Amino acid sequence: MSAPGHDAPTVRVRDLVRTFTYKGVLNGIDLDIAPGEFVALLGRSGSGKSTLLRALAGIDHEARGTGEISLPERLSVIFQDARLLPWMRVLDNIELGVPAAGTRGREALAEVGLAGRERAWPHELSGGEQQRVALARALVREPKLLLADEPFGALDALTRIQMHTLLRRLVDAHQPAVLLVTHEIDEAILLADRIVLLDDGRLAADLPVELPGQGPARTDRIAALRTRFQRLLGIGEQPDDHHEYAAVGTPPGERHE
Amino acid sequence: MNAFPEKFDLPDAARPAPQTFSAAPKRIRRQRLSPGTPARYGNLLGPALLLLYWTVLSATGWLDPRTLPAPWTALTTGFDLIRDGRLQEHLAVSAWRAMTGLGFGVAIGTALALVSGLSLLGGYVIDGLVQIKRGIPILALIPFMILWLGIGEAMKITLIATAVFVPVYINTHNALRAIDIRHVELAETVGLSRAQFIRHVVVPGSLPGFLTGLRFGVTSSWLALVVVEQLNATSGIGYMVTLARNYAQTDVMLVGLVVYAVLGFGSDALVRQLERRLLGWRRTLGR
Repeated sequence: MSAPGHDAPTVRVRDLVRTFTYKGVLNGIDLDIAPGEFVALLGRSGSGKSTLLRALAGIDHEARGTGEISLPERLSVIFQDARLLPWMRVLDNIELGVPAAGTRGREALAEVGLAGRERAWPHELSGGEQQRVALARALVREPKLLLADEPFGALDALTRIQMHTLLRRLVDAHQPAVLLVTHEIDEAILLADRIVLLDDGRLAADLPVELPGQGPARTDRIAALRTRFQRLLGIGEQPDDHHEYAAVGTPPGERHE
Repeated sequence: MNAFPEKFDLPDAARPAPQTFSAAPKRIRRQRLSPGTPARYGNLLGPALLLLYWTVLSATGWLDPRTLPAPWTALTTGFDLIRDGRLQEHLAVSAWRAMTGLGFGVAIGTALALVSGLSLLGGYVIDGLVQIKRGIPILALIPFMILWLGIGEAMKITLIATAVFVPVYINTHNALRAIDIRHVELAETVGLSRAQFIRHVVVPGSLPGFLTGLRFGVTSSWLALVVVEQLNATSGIGYMVTLARNYAQTDVMLVGLVVYAVLGFGSDALVRQLERRLLGWRRTLGR
């Protein structure tokens, strides 16, 4: 099920069931994520993506359910909004809840390209910069698992591409396991090692991405995966886009050439 | 009076050629809906206008001194009282009572708001009781307070504190409950302890409401003075006014009123100053 190696999984979920009175249902989810593995969780809105992520993050206090979840102690969460505390300066936001942070907060801020903005108030930053601070806040905890709930959903297409590169670089450097919730097929393909698809509270697909380094083989693989997931999501076939990023940020319905 | 550079009279040679196209692109400047940055002492304008109005009416004789003495009467009487040492003496006693009562009231109001806002049981117990207290006029409480606490300072300070804690509780509690649930989730995911959560999220999040409550509370403490200093008091501004009333000294009563006005305005200005410093992170209409 999991791609690299035979290590004990970082994440182990068995038969997870969640029901709410108002939204989101999970019907028996089994999911393993290996150490350092980057898993994208795709699904339509209302498919239970966020419910699963919130269950893993342990913030679904209102939910009722059963099942087994085993997670590393050190995990970080990134939300769709940066969720910075507006009354704290950037550096204090990053070091929130980190005992004896030392210089690590500053280093994390430099790593996301915001060195020198330690004393800024969150409202003085752009949306993309705020999300980078959120990324720094997640990294400073040196997580074994990074949970990200559509972290680029609120950003413009250009900023999103920059954030993809940054996230990939940081994940490569720090090697946490990642569960990225998204509804962007291309985002999932370009970032993840493995894509799982959630449909109606069940895992409907689980595919390794296995992108070749470059060249036409890579483009073909991206196109094949995209078509596959579009079909699984019930979007229907679209003419292939030749550039990797051509479709990112564009709603599927508008993707005509 | 030309406010715009393009309307300055230029020598003919420097005058730009008249524009030939009619629909020249113009920069659109939207109507500003916020009132702009306030002037430093702008809040003094209202009181200054009132003072001017009062002075003009008194100076022109429109205002009978038997209805309301002139401002300068208040000033001269005030100076006399200061020369006697009576005003400072009364003021010191009153200020001590007000501050002590305010201190207790603010502490109690804040503590109750925290307990009531952070625990369900606390909310069930406390909130209803505070609403009951709100409905009981301070004057109706006095006989019981005297019965329970006697007629000394303890009773006076307790009465002031009960007047203060209600607005502090209501506003702090209200702001606390309005804290964004997303910030609470964040606190959970970064693993804050309850104490850290209170310090980093609850206190700063409910601070705007607390400060509003404090503004009401400060004023309440001065207002409650008037009432409690009529009860077995031998000193204090309230006592001074009551005594003056018995001897029909309208000028001394007026000094008392002016002192209350200055104290009320001054302490409110202090809290607002505090507000500006503590809430510097906010971007709002009023700054």
